[in-house]
Amino acid sequence: MSLLCAESPDLLTTLEVGGIRLLWHPALSEASGAEVIGLLERAAAGDLAVDALCVEGALLRGPYGTGRFHMLAGTGRPMIDWVRDIAARSRYTLAIGSCAAFGGVTAGGPNPSDACGLQYDGSHRGGLLGEAYRSAENLPVINVAGCPTHPNWVLEALLALAESGLGRGDLDELARPRMYADQLVHHGCPRNEYYEYKASARGPSQLGCLMEHMGCLGTQAHADCNTRLWNGEGSCVRGGYACINCTAPEFEEPGHPFTVTPTVAGIPVGLPTDMPKAWFVALSSLSKAATPERLKTNATSDHPRIAPKVKSTRYR
Amino acid sequence: MSEAPRRVVVGPFNRVEGDLEITLDIADGRVAAARVNSPLYRGFEKILAGKDPRDALVIAPRICGICSVSQSMAAAYALADAQGLAMPRNGELATNLVLAGENVADHFTHFYLFFMPDFAREAYAGEPWHAAAAERFRAASGGAAREAIPARAALLHLMGLLAGKWPHTLSVQPGGSTRPVLAQERLRLLAQLGEFRRFLERVTFGDDLEVLVGLDSADALAAWADAGPAHGSDLRHFLKIADALQLDALGRAADRFMSYGGYREEGRRLFAPGVWDGVLGPVDTAAIREDVTHSWMHGECALHPSEGDARPDPDKAGAYSWCKAPRLDGRVVEVGALARQAVDGHALIRDLVQRSGGNVRSRVVARLLELARVVLAMQEWARALSPGEPFCVDAPLPDTADGVGLVEAARGSLGHWLSIRDGRVANYQIVAPTTWNFSPRDAAGTPGALEQALVGAPLRHGEDSPLAAQHIVRSFDPCMVCTVH
Repeated sequence: MSLLCAESPDLLTTLEVGGIRLLWHPALSEASGAEVIGLLERAAAGDLAVDALCVEGALLRGPYGTGRFHMLAGTGRPMIDWVRDIAARSRYTLAIGSCAAFGGVTAGGPNPSDACGLQYDGSHRGGLLGEAYRSAENLPVINVAGCPTHPNWVLEALLALAESGLGRGDLDELARPRMYADQLVHHGCPRNEYYEYKASARGPSQLGCLMEHMGCLGTQAHADCNTRLWNGEGSCVRGGYACINCTAPEFEEPGHPFTVTPTVAGIPVGLPTDMPKAWFVALSSLSKAATPERLKTNATSDHPRIAPKVKSTRYR
Repeated sequence: MSEAPRRVVVGPFNRVEGDLEITLDIADGRVAAARVNSPLYRGFEKILAGKDPRDALVIAPRICGICSVSQSMAAAYALADAQGLAMPRNGELATNLVLAGENVADHFTHFYLFFMPDFAREAYAGEPWHAAAAERFRAASGGAAREAIPARAALLHLMGLLAGKWPHTLSVQPGGSTRPVLAQERLRLLAQLGEFRRFLERVTFGDDLEVLVGLDSADALAAWADAGPAHGSDLRHFLKIADALQLDALGRAADRFMSYGGYREEGRRLFAPGVWDGVLGPVDTAAIREDVTHSWMHGECALHPSEGDARPDPDKAGAYSWCKAPRLDGRVVEVGALARQAVDGHALIRDLVQRSGGNVRSRVVARLLELARVVLAMQEWARALSPGEPFCVDAPLPDTADGVGLVEAARGSLGHWLSIRDGRVANYQIVAPTTWNFSPRDAAGTPGALEQALVGAPLRHGEDSPLAAQHIVRSFDPCMVCTVH
């Protein structure tokens, strides 16, 4: 459903101009029942060429390895068997969302359905198709991870495949397209000024940085949410809540409540990516000492109480 | 003349959210009996057990990519109930707008992308209305989908602004919204709502929303339909097809309707709660029991959701669905927009139901009517936002508490029952709208609402499985993913 939110251009236009034809989509296509089963049978037999197999949702292996927790309606066959068969034929295989990529929330807690991703079981390689799996174009499963995925992460992956394909070098170490995964949620964060001065929010709806107390993982999370934006103008931190690193394997089990930052001796656990610890501690204490009153006050307020001073920027 | 009864299995269903399989017994050209199977089990309630209760706000919405905010709201209300929290006015308005944004987008998506494309099917090629229906509503390529998808994406900018993103927000909290709205943002919200309203008035209805919500009888609706060009509005277009196919005679279920009451407004509700079966009564949630006789779920007796059990029993004899069978005071109820509007007492919907019950036509009319009513309410809520005033309050989480969160999602009544012990989730039970509508039979053998609605559906000449069943199934706008969380 997130995919339907694509804009400039919209979903149908993007597919059309990219030369992408949907063989079947469960929410968009007219075909139901026998027509769909016939199409899937031809795809599994290799009689219908599939350029890209896009799988949404975790792969459910339970109970006892039978896959019966998710049967494809009308076929009497587990979904995992259909996926294995068609993945053996497809030119490219894509996991759409963190469930299909790694297992995701469905694999949380005691993992009641024995869920895994297409080629990952949490952060371990393997999953349903196994570490050695390669699609016909000799690529591992492309993990368009995210919970949810941004519509353009999916569409740009498909556009790239349609134009000239993707190579191993276009995927990061978790096989996510580097187009969006080589960036951090921190990039373009509108709370950056609060972050610089360690002026932190302490409760929901407050304007300050969400890293110190509110569980935000934006400085470590790989995605371009704050440079590309969601639904025209949003992102998690713009919505006032923590980034929970939903593009990563096992994000569903962070080891602490999602919206509370764990601390050791008062210092938040989880350093910004690529930041040496000593520097971070030193810079934090320095910047805390230098926090302007405006930021200190506004950080714990739900609307700006102090506006920036007006000053001339003319060079004298 | 009679033929030997035969059994057909129908599935997978496109254009419903999630997996659905239906077994139909067919005799004398009609459906004689139906069994509805939700062929997916994930165990979200077990995933939630043992967690920090606040984590429900992250996990519950991820049950579903289409009812995400409804799950967030139910979780937030359940936590607020456990914490004894009440939202400040701005928080109530902002979370209402977010929930309404999702519900409105869902009704809109259902009509344009899920329901109407069935009338474009080649099986109807001989019908005098088919050519126009196909041009307008064909799946993924008809004119309507091309207009509706961008209009929906534009509407959901409201989510970008108020909820950070859709689906899966964390802006909805027990104490309100994490997203305070500034003066300039309130104005932009009003502009966005105005833009969507113009689309509804220009394309969907071909008339002012006030005129739509003012229709007060079946006759008034018929007169309104005749007063404009048949293809000048998508609602009029639907009503013409509905007349031609007699959709008001298709898909009748138990005609007992339930609503928990929609959208909180300073202690009141925009849409009243209740049960309506010709007479209005209160909803006694203590009388809810989830029967599992025909579900692949552990247990013998029907339990109240507060003590429900989510353990699977995949080899259970006599079971045919992962869905439980909730009953209110032992009886089947139907939930959704039709139920909500009938319970609330909207004159048009009451009249439609009194004349021909819940059916394919009245479900679709109620959904579109509600679309108009909710957009009008959203404009009022956005105007009432008060930048600078609080949007959220907070309170510590108790170590031991119970909480209930009742919400009206697009598809009907959604309830979360939460028990906290030692600061952790001891039990979490969810009863989703489609769990009510698409339940299997109960211990008494009484079929669920859809199972009843399918009985009598006719087969057209040469059909192997009835297209009528497709209309009936989609008239409920099922969300199978939520059903079998």
